Amino acid sequence: MSLNDETRREDGDTTDEDRPGTFGRYGGQYVPEALMPAVQELEDAYERYVLGNEDGFVDEFRRRLRDFGGRPTPLQRADRLSDRFGTEVYLKREDLVHGGAHKLNNALGQVLLAKYMGKERVVAETGAGQHGTATAMAAAHLDVPCEVYMGTRDIQRQRPNVFRMRLNGSEVNPVSAGRGTLKEAINETMRDWATNVEDTHYVIGSVVGPHPFPEMVRTFQSVISEEAREQVQEQAGRLPDSVVACAGGGSNTMGAFHEFVGDESVDLFAVEAGGSSLAVDEDAGVAPNSASLSTGSDGVLHGARTKLLQDSDGNVVESHSVSSGLDYAGVGPELAHLVDTDRVTPVNVDDDAALEAFHLLSQEEGIIPALESAHAVAFADAHPEQLGELTVVNVSGRGDKDLESVIEETEKRELSNAPSMDVFSEVGR
Amino acid sequence: MSDLEAAFDEPAFVPYLCVGDPSVERTREYVQALVRGGADVLELGLPFSEPIAEGPTIQGSVVRALEAGVTPEVYLDFVESLDVDVPVVCMTYYNLLYQYGDSDGPESFVARAAEVGISGFVIPDLPAEEAGPLRAACDEHGLDLVFIVAPTTAGERLERMVELSSGYLYVQARLGVTGAKADVSDQTAESLAKVSQYDIPKAVGFGVSSGDQARHIVEAGADGVIVGSALVDIVAEFGDADGDDVPDRLEAMARELSEGVTAGAEDMAKPEGQ
Repeated sequence: MSLNDETRREDGDTTDEDRPGTFGRYGGQYVPEALMPAVQELEDAYERYVLGNEDGFVDEFRRRLRDFGGRPTPLQRADRLSDRFGTEVYLKREDLVHGGAHKLNNALGQVLLAKYMGKERVVAETGAGQHGTATAMAAAHLDVPCEVYMGTRDIQRQRPNVFRMRLNGSEVNPVSAGRGTLKEAINETMRDWATNVEDTHYVIGSVVGPHPFPEMVRTFQSVISEEAREQVQEQAGRLPDSVVACAGGGSNTMGAFHEFVGDESVDLFAVEAGGSSLAVDEDAGVAPNSASLSTGSDGVLHGARTKLLQDSDGNVVESHSVSSGLDYAGVGPELAHLVDTDRVTPVNVDDDAALEAFHLLSQEEGIIPALESAHAVAFADAHPEQLGELTVVNVSGRGDKDLESVIEETEKRELSNAPSMDVFSEVGR
Repeated sequence: MSDLEAAFDEPAFVPYLCVGDPSVERTREYVQALVRGGADVLELGLPFSEPIAEGPTIQGSVVRALEAGVTPEVYLDFVESLDVDVPVVCMTYYNLLYQYGDSDGPESFVARAAEVGISGFVIPDLPAEEAGPLRAACDEHGLDLVFIVAPTTAGERLERMVELSSGYLYVQARLGVTGAKADVSDQTAESLAKVSQYDIPKAVGFGVSSGDQARHIVEAGADGVIVGSALVDIVAEFGDADGDDVPDRLEAMARELSEGVTAGAEDMAKPEGQ
């Protein structure tokens, strides 16, 4: 549902229990009892403020998105990519949102909602750091204390973002359990929330978690497709044949797709991280990918029934992607449902292709994308024949945060289009 | 009356350990020690990779058990081979039940649990709203399903939870995650008062670590005391060494807690003013 629809409610459709918060057989509220009242309080606040615009919440949110967040973002025709792919390519420039990623749409919405609810503190988890950064910025902007949990491995991969969160006055708590990535950070944030639930709101970073989070985050993010749909008709005079977005948890994916879901002529491609392989090593408990839509199975994780990377017993395996923002073993329940009903096509590209696409977009269009977004570009580059005559590719974020990772990963590989790194050795690095 | 409910005829001591920490065979020794020390019901953890309701102590135990190779099948075989005369409750997370036997639902796990002699379940990430399929499977196979009542639970949700719960109610002593604490939370008495009108045994857990605390909790009206982290701490600190004395330590701790429960019950039974 978009923010334009203040009264329409499309609760879970064909579910077992036929109740709100489910998408087909996915979704639900699988959380410890201590959190249930908070989840229900949030559900109530979401319905009143976000869907009902009580106290002018939506008006204030939209004003802040514009003045603080820099919206609307442009829909830019990518001339050289269009020539290269032989199709009209438009880029939705979420990298130009304040903070450098689509994440602010959701973080600003949730921190503002926390204020309307009278919460005194927010906590958040982060993978690549973009959600943490966005939450820290929104919290500073709205004067709400904020603590962010982040895996130690991700802290190593994303130092600039850790510093940005600290600059904005947030605490960053390292989480060393497991492989020290997003899954563990979510576990730890849920524990904090369970302990401090009475005065704390959990700003979840994607369309995952218990109801109402998946629907609420999608609602905040649907501003992407709301703008893109209008812009593409204005600029190209028609709807696109396809929309392409990367998918980790799936917030930019659902944001980019939502307003096009009803347009049957528009193909929707969710590009997952194929990592180094699509296989799962059960003995090691590791999937060298984050492709839960393509290769996962149904299960219950972090409050929702959805598609997961898990072993045959039901233990969740560690995921991998060169892009820490996609490095998550689950995915949003609504996206899982749209895949099951053939409305969204899940595809994946591997780490190497994503890195090549990172360099490609940088060189061809002068846009340094987030490694997440590079996955979407990589799919378009590999399969232009599937895009139709006009495609919208969501550039979910900018790549500054990934530069250290990209330098390191590029040096390990023979990439056809990477710049030479010799300059580093020449100056006695 | 189920085996589980019958175990609360007298105020009960309910210890928790995670099966497989540090190995399945050591768990067998530990469980026997707890029974010698006075356990009335055993809560045995089946380890899951994402234990979101647990604090660092039990989280560590779960990680060690998974590393020791404990799967649902290993766990069920272990319970089947256990030679103890107290009811066993399986504590785990929903995904493991959901995945078992490729059944796309919890029924196959419950059927197998009934076969191996498990009396009931505690599933921390399964609130009443999602518990329909598991409640139905438990009814079909004659098992209890224990719900956790949190300090934040109230009103219609509490009513519904009590209706769905069988065996006993798990009363969460404080907000947050599991972990031993030095004091008894004020929330405990409030939580017990909230459920006192219901005719089902009430066992208090989360943060209990001494006989004295157990005594106070029973005095406050509990029918039982659940202790996990304080026991797991002993396993973590002293376990996995040749010739260690963990069983003796666990037995001693169990005896202290069990005696605390009994003393609390005796205090309650005394006429006013004595």
